[in-house]
Amino acid sequence: MAKIWVRQAVLRALDDAMKEDPDVIVMGEDVAAAGGPFKVTEGLLAEHGPSRVIDTPISEMGFLGAAVGAAVCGLKPVVEIMFIEFIGVALDQLSTQAATMRYLSRGRLTTPLVVRASAGAGQGFGCQHSQMLDHWFRGTPGLKVCVTSNARTTYGLLRSAIDDPDPVVVLEPRILYSEREEFEHDPAYRIPLGQAEIVRPGTDATVVTCGALVRTALEAAASSRANVEVIDLLTLWPWDRKTVAESVARTGRLVTVEESTATAGWGADIVSTIAVEHFGKLKAAPHRITLPDAPVPYSGVLEARYLPSATYIAEQVDALVSTNQPPLPWWRNAA
Amino acid sequence: MTSLSNSNSPLARREALESRLEQLTRMIEIRSVEERIQKLFGEGHIRGSTHLANGQEAVSVGIARSIDPDDIVTCTYRGHGHALALGVTTVGVLGEICGRTVGCAGGLGGSMHLVEPAVGLLPTAAIIGAGLPIACGAGLAARTRGKDRIAVSIFGDGSSNIGAFHEALNFAAILKLPVVFVCENNLYGEYSRIDLTTAVEDIALRATSYNMPGVMVDGQDVDAVAAAMETAVARARRGEGPSLLEMKTYRYSGHSRSDPATYRRPGELDQWLKRDPIDILARKLVEEKLLAADGLEPLKAEVRDAVERAAQEVLASPHPDLGEIMSHVSAASADGDRRFAFWQ
Repeated sequence: MAKIWVRQAVLRALDDAMKEDPDVIVMGEDVAAAGGPFKVTEGLLAEHGPSRVIDTPISEMGFLGAAVGAAVCGLKPVVEIMFIEFIGVALDQLSTQAATMRYLSRGRLTTPLVVRASAGAGQGFGCQHSQMLDHWFRGTPGLKVCVTSNARTTYGLLRSAIDDPDPVVVLEPRILYSEREEFEHDPAYRIPLGQAEIVRPGTDATVVTCGALVRTALEAAASSRANVEVIDLLTLWPWDRKTVAESVARTGRLVTVEESTATAGWGADIVSTIAVEHFGKLKAAPHRITLPDAPVPYSGVLEARYLPSATYIAEQVDALVSTNQPPLPWWRNAA
Repeated sequence: MTSLSNSNSPLARREALESRLEQLTRMIEIRSVEERIQKLFGEGHIRGSTHLANGQEAVSVGIARSIDPDDIVTCTYRGHGHALALGVTTVGVLGEICGRTVGCAGGLGGSMHLVEPAVGLLPTAAIIGAGLPIACGAGLAARTRGKDRIAVSIFGDGSSNIGAFHEALNFAAILKLPVVFVCENNLYGEYSRIDLTTAVEDIALRATSYNMPGVMVDGQDVDAVAAAMETAVARARRGEGPSLLEMKTYRYSGHSRSDPATYRRPGELDQWLKRDPIDILARKLVEEKLLAADGLEPLKAEVRDAVERAAQEVLASPHPDLGEIMSHVSAASADGDRRFAFWQ
């Protein structure tokens, strides 16, 4: 086992997929000659040539739409959206065109398209370059959405997304690209879409999280007075109801830790589902730890508070476990 | 006779367009279908809205006769005529618009979403400009896969003001993609005349910015449409890149069902009716001795009867089953992958 940067796990996944399947192509801004703004596609152009590794203009509607057409006509495009916010100008092609291609053609046309993007806060990129925006995609029938959390899950999810016959959005927490981790390179490795992982077993509460907050939640679990189970959800839609429900049946408490605003976060659906379908298993009301309903602040002091920290998560979980009452979020608790 | 039997497959109908008389017949068929749709609406068989293209039949048939069935076509929601020209049957079109299982999208799409992979037609899009980037991708796939295929994107003058138009033309130009962009300039974007909404009245001028040929074409003359298409298609197949064709045409009806088109300039409609595309082709066929001097009216009657038979077949056909709601949302909900394989 060797150590690699998480961004190299993206590269390994793309390179392996391109070697195994001549229909896989990579498109995006600066992905070819420059090797990618985050260096996740470095060397792909030399290895696979300009017909399969395509630099595009700064024109997301144009090239994402082209990827949709290419996918329908037999290719498997992997499109890089540099910062996930950039998809705002191209959303029609994903949410309205790609997502309905199979439905409108009654299964005769499909769109095996992967949209991968750097996402998330924590690095001072400000409010237009720091969101996850998974809620823009989760509510659209026909799309799948997953979030990577380390080198292994990056490789496993990306390979499954490229294998998938339908459009998949892969959100890659940008803050993790420069993490260096042990990685066992196995071209056959996959994480099936829709399958969560229990990354820490526990008995007192089930913490469901994803992305960069997985490591924060693990840190919180280590310092918590309670015995906390941590689930890396991995796929936000369709999410793994079985793993979450079985865990909550054991622990009796559910806490979601989300890099999402309170109103639109993915945890709302999980809490609703568990509360409705497994009410009798709950010892306490489910609790959501989210971002406030506010844009991502630039100030380092504020951004550090905006994102749930390990200390904050541990306090919240401990309060829930010790009282069986959900604590208030910090922005409603301020004196 | 030609395509008037509904038992013909979309592919057979497409191939039949090689015949001059069939081209005229198809144009009449498009007109008759649009007229029947208006009537079906009044009879309560159609939901939502429809966008008719009476008057634009020469564009549809001129495009369809100039490309191969495995070339890809993207198109807007004003697509009944294009779908029929490309080969979709009258039952497939009327069935879809009436929401029946015999419709080309099984009744799940409606008027704005007609589709037939067997003749290269991707689902027509209800979003202005959506099809242009998708056509770029179809062209890119053809070239990457080493196929001599091209893509055609059909859109209206209104689309030329949306970002997707400009992004797609630029993208196709820099990659020299085998795409033909066909703008149907019918002078109105929804309810507004082009001079109120668009900085140029000749859309072809916009090709200059994207370093590609921009050609203005008489969209009422099917042969002029086909000649311009053949030049652009040949250029695309040679790998020389995209073209923008502007078909000067006119829609006789309003934007959609609820639009009486009171905004027209006085006399404008009458001027265009004098250059009706069906009459223009019929006169040529009489000169070419392919149609008797008094042959047009009987042909129209014959087509109307065939369209009426199709309408009755549709109205006697079932609505979709409830299970169709959840099918084909994603692969997991489909009964196996029946993906259409282009260019095998």
